[in-house]
Amino acid sequence: MIAIINTAVANLSSVAHAIERTGQSYEITTDPEAIEKASHVILPGVGHAQASMKSLEDLGLIPVIRGLKQPVLGICLGMQLLFDKTAEGPSQGLGLIAGSVERIPEVEDLPLPHMGWNSLDLDDPSSPLLRGIFAGDRVYFVHSYYAPVGPYTRASTQYGSKISALVSRDNFFGTQFHPERSGLVGDAILRNFLTL
Amino acid sequence: MLAKRIIPCLDVRNGVVVKGVKFKDHVELGGVIELAQRYREAGADELVFYDITASAERRTVATTWIEQVAKVIDIPFCVAGGIRSVEDARRILHSGADKVSINSPAIENPDLIDKLAAEFGNQCVVIGIDSLEQEGDYKIWKYTGSEATAQNAGKRTLDWVREVQERGAGEIVLNCMGADGTKQGYDIRQLQAVREICRVPLVASGGAGQKSDFLEAFQKARVDAGLAAGIFHRGELSIADLKHYLDSMGVIVRL
Repeated sequence: MIAIINTAVANLSSVAHAIERTGQSYEITTDPEAIEKASHVILPGVGHAQASMKSLEDLGLIPVIRGLKQPVLGICLGMQLLFDKTAEGPSQGLGLIAGSVERIPEVEDLPLPHMGWNSLDLDDPSSPLLRGIFAGDRVYFVHSYYAPVGPYTRASTQYGSKISALVSRDNFFGTQFHPERSGLVGDAILRNFLTL
Repeated sequence: MLAKRIIPCLDVRNGVVVKGVKFKDHVELGGVIELAQRYREAGADELVFYDITASAERRTVATTWIEQVAKVIDIPFCVAGGIRSVEDARRILHSGADKVSINSPAIENPDLIDKLAAEFGNQCVVIGIDSLEQEGDYKIWKYTGSEATAQNAGKRTLDWVREVQERGAGEIVLNCMGADGTKQGYDIRQLQAVREICRVPLVASGGAGQKSDFLEAFQKARVDAGLAAGIFHRGELSIADLKHYLDSMGVIVRL
């Protein structure tokens, strides 16, 4: 069973539908026991970093997520929450990946949010989530905060600055883009995660 | 590099996709799910569904077809129509839409934009603007879903574009009413004027009749996306052909 953590502020149904399309079953939950027993855990994210962290704290899920040993995937804001801290709020993160999330610098002719289909550069093509993915494949981004490229970066994209698109540390993975809204490329990345 | 987006717009009335010329004489085109799937297959980068009757008739869009679209579609989509409260927006976003687009209710109650941005993040909040050139200026209109209800909203378009950004709009769809349905091309001059002051993604809407119209909007008005309806619905232009043309002309697109 795949657990989708329900932070209430996030739009969960598009992630749930994407998992349905892979033929797997899931449960949307805030129950620590269900999350700990799940084969895979997804931390979705649309909304505000501070509100999401508060929601996880109120639910008592912060130590639960930190202690997970199975594959965990943070999506968009969910990815950003894996880091030590984020400039949005500002807020502390889960501290699972060393680094901080910053506001995308304002650059002339580059509107914010960074919204749309951008191309992937593969910083670490050996990442299991990038199996079958090629440099230049496009995925859907929508965000105004970003993780600069660091040792955790497996794939990146360019929008004025170089932006981490896929990050990982041990069993914790994160995508800045929305695999559930990224057509066949996103589907492949989601399936790669679900077969870990 | 970020790709320019091609967005078919599906005007929905009573669960059926329709298209009119200058907001008159709506013609039925087919079911929402069927058309959504067809455009996803054809290479659309995103879909916009406008429930064109909603604002004027004070209804909210049916969440049933939104849920059905969310199940079958793996590209982003936006829903517009009669969203007048945070709760209306929450229901639509939780049904699986990625963004909500607000038009007339934002004009009636601008605070709604701030509330939606605070609750869901500005990336979910699209402001649709129906704009018409009048007396040498651009003016916004409201309740344009039918000719009987359409009225001048008494604000300058450029003032409204500035205001909605300050309040938390994450994207602006500028529908140039004078060009809409004419197939004579986007209103490049008006789009340029709005682009000058628009720091969020800008979507051109109204008037696309051929491939070069999109090229012009991307190159001359530097819009982020081109939205069109009739030209796609009538099969006069395929999204694949359009994207290959744009690619050959040096525009970055998702092929």
